Amino acid sequence: MKTGTLAGGGLIIGFNLFNACKPNAKPPVNLAELNYNDFNAFIKIADNGAVTIFSPNPEVGQGVKTSMPMIIAEELDVAWKDVYVEQGILDTDNYTRQVAGGSQSIRFGWDALRETGATARQMLINAAAARWGIDPSECTTQEGVISNAAGEKLGYGDVVNEAAALEIPENVTLKEVKDYKIIGTDVTNVDIEKIVKGDPLYGLDYKTEGMVIASVMRPPAFGQKLESFDDTAAKAVDGVLDVIRFEDKIAVLAKDNWSAMKGKKALKAEWKADSKLESTEDHDKLLLGLLDGKKFETLRADGDVKKAFAQADKVLERTYESPFLPHNCLEPMNFYANVTADKIHLVGPIQTPEGTAKNIAELLERDFKDVHLEMTRIGGGFGRRLYGDFAVEAAMISNLAKKPVKVVFSREDDMADGIYRPSIKYRIKAAVKDGKVTGYHLKEAAINSNMYGLIPNFFPAGAIENYQVDVAKYDSNITTGAWRAPYTNFLAFAEQSFFDELAELMEVDKIQLRLDLLQKVKGTTDERIQYSPERMEKVIKTAVEKSGWGTKPEGVYQGFVNYYCHNSHVAEVADVVLENGSPVVKKITCVVDCGIVINPLGALNQIEGGIIDGIGHAMYGDFSFLNGVPQVTNFDKYRLIRMKEVPIVETHLMKNEYSPTGLGEPTLPPAGAAIANAFKAATGKRLYKQPFSKYPDLLQGPEKEIIG
Amino acid sequence: MPTYQLNINGESRSIEVSEDTPLLWVLRDHLNLVGTKYGCGIALCGACTIHLDGVAVRSCAMTMAQVGGKSITTIEGLSKDGTHPVQEAWKEVDVPQCGYCQAGQIMTASAFLKDNPDPSEAEIKDAMQGNICRCASYTRIYKAVEIAATKMAK
Repeated sequence: MKTGTLAGGGLIIGFNLFNACKPNAKPPVNLAELNYNDFNAFIKIADNGAVTIFSPNPEVGQGVKTSMPMIIAEELDVAWKDVYVEQGILDTDNYTRQVAGGSQSIRFGWDALRETGATARQMLINAAAARWGIDPSECTTQEGVISNAAGEKLGYGDVVNEAAALEIPENVTLKEVKDYKIIGTDVTNVDIEKIVKGDPLYGLDYKTEGMVIASVMRPPAFGQKLESFDDTAAKAVDGVLDVIRFEDKIAVLAKDNWSAMKGKKALKAEWKADSKLESTEDHDKLLLGLLDGKKFETLRADGDVKKAFAQADKVLERTYESPFLPHNCLEPMNFYANVTADKIHLVGPIQTPEGTAKNIAELLERDFKDVHLEMTRIGGGFGRRLYGDFAVEAAMISNLAKKPVKVVFSREDDMADGIYRPSIKYRIKAAVKDGKVTGYHLKEAAINSNMYGLIPNFFPAGAIENYQVDVAKYDSNITTGAWRAPYTNFLAFAEQSFFDELAELMEVDKIQLRLDLLQKVKGTTDERIQYSPERMEKVIKTAVEKSGWGTKPEGVYQGFVNYYCHNSHVAEVADVVLENGSPVVKKITCVVDCGIVINPLGALNQIEGGIIDGIGHAMYGDFSFLNGVPQVTNFDKYRLIRMKEVPIVETHLMKNEYSPTGLGEPTLPPAGAAIANAFKAATGKRLYKQPFSKYPDLLQGPEKEIIG
Repeated sequence: MPTYQLNINGESRSIEVSEDTPLLWVLRDHLNLVGTKYGCGIALCGACTIHLDGVAVRSCAMTMAQVGGKSITTIEGLSKDGTHPVQEAWKEVDVPQCGYCQAGQIMTASAFLKDNPDPSEAEIKDAMQGNICRCASYTRIYKAVEIAATKMAK
């Protein structure tokens, strides 16, 4: 940190610090010379002591607009009731990693946010101490008030202007966990009032004077290009203003949404295939072919799996299969763009504001500094809004139309023009020798892209002497990408179903098998292994205890899963009963170790949502293609989990003082396996393919009750 | 284009739209009442739920002719200041994640509880089955409906 940075921004700091905070608070935008550590990029303190904190990361429903400012407020030492939170805009000079993805906002922000709050607090103390002519160490703070030994008091607002002119202190002291007053308390979502009143918050709600709506026709099949089109009928629709072709798409511009949709329906277009039109049936054969083949990239290899299998007493090999999945954010994709000679104004729901803004600047051959991007509250992301295709479309159309434009996807557009969770198949093989697991070989065959580099080092890496992870892929013209808990959202089902079955084959206790394997990881010097066998063991034992594992009355069947991803350790136990011969999920007991929990109220929401989302997609999520065309495009044929299918979720958070880790994703992957293992216990039938509802014969209990 | 006289949130509004325009888009684009959300356009997600003469209906599948002279209540008109018992319960439980579906959930719940002030678990689940929450905040939606019922009984 340098004092020079303050000299550059001093005037603006004074302006910010003394301005009224609500409701027209604006984040500092011209602080080019301020660096990330300067507290004014985040905090504004009014002379009445009211504090505005700018939350830098996109709010996608994961709660960071509440939890990130909580961390700053804790170290700043202000009362939460005096804090007003405002969404920060894209500001690459003052913020780093303005991304909502990978469950990493809190984990990466933890140190910086605490230091930001603590630095600001120290500067305010220093200003007060200077005024009193005493050493700063003689001052204390409590909820926005600085006191000295003589009992004199100054509010933060009283000294804020002097504080802004001071040198930025280095190496500030951070609070100890036991002294937290805000972190670890239940704090309600900062936007709750606006949400329940229906105030405009979302991209779809955003409006400006002169804005037009663009409804875009895109190729109906993946692999098609636009040959020709006739817009006569479309232009005749009341309210339609213009029809513009760009790339292989046609935008119908209208004064309102309904006119734009009607205009699009009236468009006539001819399409031709310029690459293979693919079908799910082809993909199934291709992926199985990859698993049967020999062409793999090896991501991790310990020992010699071939030898382990050759010497094994018993070998288990199973194949698990998953479909493509659309994200189906309830707020369909949309974005606003107004491209003018001096500015590119972008507004809307985006998980990757920086990357999207840079992409658009490059595409339109403009300076990145011309781009002004504002993030709206996001009506669901799940990974879909990591990709800014819809924002790029808005910018391209606005650039051509010379008008402010909002691109709005219909639900059908949203489902048919997705960037889907790719279809993936896993084959797992294990060797058992003298009652021990001696070999483990995981193969992945995926559409377009394979697992990221951390996954091969997840459990059971390090626990089995001979261990190998091989991957292969098929390049498709169907667009694919991240979907909540990428890869692990299905891999956890495959591996944890496999362990369940492996324990049955070995005739050993299912929990003991896992615990035994974990012992071998303790004390590992392998730096690639980031999961903690000790933390996982505690989570497993807590889940056994809290779920009443093995002690349930007759007729209640349980399934157990433990999993590590996004740096968090999780165990889930599903309780299932048979109703009219079919297994029904009644309860999930979930144990999570995600380190220090910032906001338990928000954390529980993420945990429960993740579990129910995981159950829903494992049960019902199905998406297929025929000759490049998605076979379902709305909720009449695409089933999402609803109220009546939802079990009770009971959550237990491990209490410790580890730095916080991810929570938006980690509870989703284990859910599918937990219910599948419980279904097996109930019906005697094991599931290898998702979605489960597609295989009704496997969801039928035994003819007669299992006795004993 | 025909002119329609609509009774919305206690106010009479005159609107000129093509006759096939769904009420949802009249609310959002013509009357600037954007609390009512677009989710699917085929009455299957519940995000666009409003009250028509006190009954919860899907505004995305409702034509101007069907609306007629009936009185429309949107989330903006449910209460003046967000203090309807259902809204209060939603705040108390801290229901939302992304929040996008919640106006529709609240409108479904408030119409349901008016007709059935002392619902059973099964009745609540039946009533809310038509509203999708993609973030799956269902356990809190359920709890908030239960709490709202208690508040309304007082």
